[in-house]
Amino acid sequence: MFDNLDFDVIRRSLPYLFLDGMGFTLMLTGLSALGGLVFGTMIALMRLSSYRLMGRIAGLYVDFMRSLPLVLVIFWFYFLVPYIGQWLTGASRPIRVGAFTSSLVTFIMFEAAYFSEIMRAGIQSISKGQPAAASALGLTYAQSMRYIVLPQAFRNMLPVLLTQTIVLFQDTSLVYVLSIPDFLGAASKVAQRDGRLVEMYLFAALVYFVISCVASYGVRRLQARIAIVR
Amino acid sequence: MNYNWNWHIFFEPNPTGAGTYLDMLVSGLWLTIKTALLAWVIALIFGTIIGILRSLPSRTASWIGFGYVEFFRNMPLLVQLFLWFFVLPELLPRAAGLWMKQLPNAPFWTAAIGVGLFMSARVAVQLAAGIASLPRGQKQAATALGLTTGQGYRYVLLPIAFRIILPPLTSEFLNTIKNTSVAITIGLIELTGQARAMQEFSFQVFEAFTAATVMYLAINIIVVTGMRFLERSLAIPGYITGK
Repeated sequence: MFDNLDFDVIRRSLPYLFLDGMGFTLMLTGLSALGGLVFGTMIALMRLSSYRLMGRIAGLYVDFMRSLPLVLVIFWFYFLVPYIGQWLTGASRPIRVGAFTSSLVTFIMFEAAYFSEIMRAGIQSISKGQPAAASALGLTYAQSMRYIVLPQAFRNMLPVLLTQTIVLFQDTSLVYVLSIPDFLGAASKVAQRDGRLVEMYLFAALVYFVISCVASYGVRRLQARIAIVR
Repeated sequence: MNYNWNWHIFFEPNPTGAGTYLDMLVSGLWLTIKTALLAWVIALIFGTIIGILRSLPSRTASWIGFGYVEFFRNMPLLVQLFLWFFVLPELLPRAAGLWMKQLPNAPFWTAAIGVGLFMSARVAVQLAAGIASLPRGQKQAATALGLTTGQGYRYVLLPIAFRIILPPLTSEFLNTIKNTSVAITIGLIELTGQARAMQEFSFQVFEAFTAATVMYLAINIIVVTGMRFLERSLAIPGYITGK
């Protein structure tokens, strides 16, 4: 079964796969998770705000993003970002945007919808007495969010946020549709150049599997530790 | 924004010579629905089996269930599709591999099965949680009535568990529909694929993607409405938050 396979192709392409490919994937995952968390928290606060209109807009955004397939969103932003850039900078033509920037914008905007739902659940899980006590102490809304509610919400939701980040890590492989050399893209490039599809895809699957397994094991450990504290 | 909008593009003939650009998108929509439905059936069947395995007291059974779920959950869907599409035919005996490669509509079958198995792990987790949420008395009462384990699942546990997990199953079904778009990478020209093709032929990027977006939103609204109706008619009075 494995007689005519050449697993040496993996060893030869290791530096390219990990330094370029995995570097891109991890950088994209990390920055998207961070950006998604920041925007997601803002959207969650909008949804929970007492201004009905703000809540409505935020809700629409979340529902909209969550009903579209990520592949379609990737295509949307790939073509839209140059125009947004033109609009922002006031340039006369759509600006050129690199593969990394384009996918980063896509994933931040897409993940913000998912992170916002997690943060909303986290904020709602804080007992009413907490913000009430904060305002009794004379803290403003912003201060109470900043020092009382959000830190607890973030802490309670940390395992869920991290699980979502693992999903995000797997989803970044979809930038393949734009022929961007992330980890899977790099593996696929080597696979097609050397005609070694079986070896490269098996290896890519194994790497994703091991990283995701280890990461979710870590999240489970963390969850157990947090559960004791509460 | 210096972009030439042309909404009439949908009614112009497409380059394949068969109908308009709108026909192209609609045929993509049908393919998305067909793939998603088949995938969902597969996900439900395998998800139920594995979900039951995970809930059994036997250690072997729950290990199999655990292994299955971890296998399908820890690899990106795209990689899984590549494994089924490019890798599996090479690893099988020659004749079987050749048969797989020459299968008409190979991308369709691969997508349906690949997405189905990917989603089945998620269905299994939901179902196992649903079964675990039932009071212990349910299973004991079934045993006391003389039902075998199989009968207990068939007539007592599963009917209630499925009704409890109907809301999360709705979102898993929506995910199944969305996930079929990943099959664009193995050459399945479903809705996203047709929008992309239309963009390449006509250069009307935003019209094509807007149409696809509207179609996905429409599918979502239909599914959510239908499932809400189903939830209401299947709610167990006084058990779930029945209204």
